[in-house]
Amino acid sequence: MAADMPLRSILATDCGSTTTKAILIELVEGEYRLRVRGEAPTTVEAPYEDVTRGVLNAVSEVEEVSGRRLIADGDIIRPQRGDQGVDAYLSTSSAGGGLQVMVVGLVRTMTAESAQRAALGAGAIVMDVLALDDGRRDYERIQRMRELRPDMILISGGVDGGEQRRVVEMAELVGAANPRARLGAKYELPVIFAGNADARDAISDTLADKTALTLVDNLRPTMERENLGPARAEIQELFLEHVMAQAPGYSELMTWTDADIMPTPAAVGSLIEAIAKRDGINVVGVDIGGATTDVFSVFEGVFNRTVSANLGMSYSVSNVLAETGLPNILRWVTEQPDPGLVGNAIRNKMIRPTTIPQTLADLTIEQAAAREALRLAFGQHKLLATELKGIQRQRDIADAFAAGGAQTLVEMMSLDLLVGSGGVLSHAPRRNQAALMLIDAFEPEGITRLAVDSIFMMPQLGVLSTVNAEAARQVFYRDCLIPLGTCIAPVGHGRPGSPCLRVRLTGGGRSEDLQLNVGEMRLIPLPEGQTAEVALDPVRRFDVGAGPGRALTATVQGGVVGVVIDARGRPLRLPEDEAERISAIRAWNAELDVYPRNLAAGEVA
Amino acid sequence: MAHGYTPGLRVTERALVRRRRHLPLPGQVHVQVGERVSADQLVASTELPGNVTNLNVAHELSCTPADVPDYLVVSVGDAVEIGEVIAETRALWGLFHSVATTPVSGTVETISEVTGQVLIRGKPIRVEIDAYLDGTVIEVEGDEAITVEARAAFLQGILGVGGEAHGDLKLVVESPDAVVEADLIDDSCAGCVLVGGSRVTLEALRAAAEVGAAGVVVGGVHGMDLNEFLGEPLGVAITGQEDVGTTLVLTEGFGEIAMAGRSWKLLAARSGRRTSINGATQIRAGVIRPEVIIPEPEATWEADGVDVSAGLAPGSYVRLIREPYFGRLAIVTDLPEQLQQIETEAHVRVLRARLEDTGEEITVPRANVEAIQR
Repeated sequence: MAADMPLRSILATDCGSTTTKAILIELVEGEYRLRVRGEAPTTVEAPYEDVTRGVLNAVSEVEEVSGRRLIADGDIIRPQRGDQGVDAYLSTSSAGGGLQVMVVGLVRTMTAESAQRAALGAGAIVMDVLALDDGRRDYERIQRMRELRPDMILISGGVDGGEQRRVVEMAELVGAANPRARLGAKYELPVIFAGNADARDAISDTLADKTALTLVDNLRPTMERENLGPARAEIQELFLEHVMAQAPGYSELMTWTDADIMPTPAAVGSLIEAIAKRDGINVVGVDIGGATTDVFSVFEGVFNRTVSANLGMSYSVSNVLAETGLPNILRWVTEQPDPGLVGNAIRNKMIRPTTIPQTLADLTIEQAAAREALRLAFGQHKLLATELKGIQRQRDIADAFAAGGAQTLVEMMSLDLLVGSGGVLSHAPRRNQAALMLIDAFEPEGITRLAVDSIFMMPQLGVLSTVNAEAARQVFYRDCLIPLGTCIAPVGHGRPGSPCLRVRLTGGGRSEDLQLNVGEMRLIPLPEGQTAEVALDPVRRFDVGAGPGRALTATVQGGVVGVVIDARGRPLRLPEDEAERISAIRAWNAELDVYPRNLAAGEVA
Repeated sequence: MAHGYTPGLRVTERALVRRRRHLPLPGQVHVQVGERVSADQLVASTELPGNVTNLNVAHELSCTPADVPDYLVVSVGDAVEIGEVIAETRALWGLFHSVATTPVSGTVETISEVTGQVLIRGKPIRVEIDAYLDGTVIEVEGDEAITVEARAAFLQGILGVGGEAHGDLKLVVESPDAVVEADLIDDSCAGCVLVGGSRVTLEALRAAAEVGAAGVVVGGVHGMDLNEFLGEPLGVAITGQEDVGTTLVLTEGFGEIAMAGRSWKLLAARSGRRTSINGATQIRAGVIRPEVIIPEPEATWEADGVDVSAGLAPGSYVRLIREPYFGRLAIVTDLPEQLQQIETEAHVRVLRARLEDTGEEITVPRANVEAIQR
């Protein structure tokens, strides 16, 4: 299907592990709008074992609600005829555990990391990264490949024209492991070689007989350049050919869709990439699920995605507890519960993942765990979304003292839009809770717009963006994103209570002149669709984007929360003294109207 | 969602349990269809290819990879013993003679002229599979798998650790709300599947492992105690591979929670019986729950069907599975259709119920109850 083809109506589904979600988009008076949505349980696993049943069930719900006939003879009616059918049907999928890839490279922080970025960008879950310097012995690597049974293996290594021996050694290990594909035991495992072009013959000799080998352009042709496109495209192609074709019902579903079925995270990524490109902005998106947290970013046009496989709010919430520790979760709450009981409660959420908080105290603990899950996932993202490692560059004195190797591409001061998605953010009883969770976990700097995804339709809009980018953009801004407002956060530190920032805000029918001290937060209501002019004048040690102590004027957007001014400083540090910490959190909660009044005052046990 | 509640775990006195016992690779099946087997009986075995060891011969002999084949004294497929010479350079008037010896015994798998590496595969690793439960072989799949069937009392737990085990069932407490302390575990527990009440302490778990108990089935455990027992925090509920000396099956969850009456009665009535348990759990797509199976080899009764009842109704018996009533039992009195606002301000589908212990009428989200049988 041609890009930007004219469409009057679009039906799109996302086949998730548990639920298949369908949306109907229509062109109304020149604007694309979400008309209705429907959902039904996914039917990939027994006893149904046919994904199309779940799709038809979800689409039937759309039919019922919209009153529009969409299915005839077990197929989607196309093109639109009068008030029947749609012009296009598209789908994404993460059912059956998504796309599971194992990455093999030479040096962990160089070619292996580039390969990892390529696989993640294609929407894959990277099960493991094997490299010469991973500290494992050969038999351990072989055992790992056999145990994991990935959907495919991506081999990288060596720059074009460089030494071939080491990458062939790694390929020999893949051959010795003779791993089997996860789905379809009779099929050869797809292996993509995206390393030193000169090694292709030797790689073919080693692996062509044992695996379904494909050769693509080197994803790291020189130390200074990454070329992830060909490897990413091949991963998605093989996803369709091998993985999808083996999953029950997908061969049929593939004949229904007007564009290739995309892995769900790849679709979300392409939407965020398309929006960032079209609007010329830097974006961070996060989707916090029950088992995993996906983080996407586009900074200066460079797209990155990471999956934190064991950071989530139900299945993986115990792992959040294990990784961050109970004190880090409890620092966000004002009550003093028995740590043992809180630990048990969090673990019980893992084993009964569908339960929901009933009490405010329980909700605050769940939202505290979410802050930690988001913070950890974003930390992992910043480590992978870096400029290329292994390149010689001039270092200044600051670099010499900086920890780690390459610089992260995630530059929070230049971030324009932060989008949150996933149950704990999208379904928080108050939007103010979602806003504060995002601010606490991501610590936006300077001026940043905040939004949440209303019903998680980013996957469907992502696949739509590949056939009609404008339609995807319109629905994204009009029906998908709920603008929370804007966060203004000066970077720096000062003595709590000392002056931090003067703010003059004009617009939206109000004029405010505020003085914020270090450690304070302030909320200025500014409704969705309205803008205001702000003049920001930080004290000497604080920077709002123009440099330390320098004034800045800007236009800020309103939202369902408003304009949040966060003078707590960056990086964010909570008071160490217990009483001061509790008092500060109560004050922030009260100012941002985060919880019902009685909890803000500490009256709920 | 049509059914906003957690389906209860299966607890039945009459189940027809079938367990497929399969080898990781084809091998030998040692039993036949119709044969009666006991839990510890070997039913299939195979040999996995040994571990691969990589020897860089080019490096050892200081030659180019392309020269390696000229210096090898072994070929692909040859068996070699540890310390055996596999390549040597020709001596120059008896000088500068270098050799490469194999660091492991095994078979020469590949020789690479590109890398100069020789891969030696170690001796095969034998894998033996037992029947896991007392029963009858009902199917043999070539040389790869069999299926054992047994009429049995069957109980699913909520979470377990440790793998398959079997032994005689032994009650170590007298009521479902009693805590299993270490002093209740003695040498008579060796080889047994121990049944506790509301909680097992860390010391008791350690004592059970020390005396060699096959497993412990109990209502709950404190999370910190389990972490200590495992030696690391339990991050995700994908378990079964832990090597902790005894298998643990929790029937209710984390904390001190009396074992549900029906589960307790089922186990208490079968004290002394041969029991198979497995702690393997996977709370993800393709969910796997830990299990306790008490076969009745002579039984001929009809098994109960799996309860797939569509939902809750007034009078249904439920366990509350979230604060503020976690672990308590109640009887459903009403299922209002309309969404209702709860304390968190979320609008959710709720049910009304009467607490069994105090008679208090409560309103809770439907997502926070689990249907159970009395």
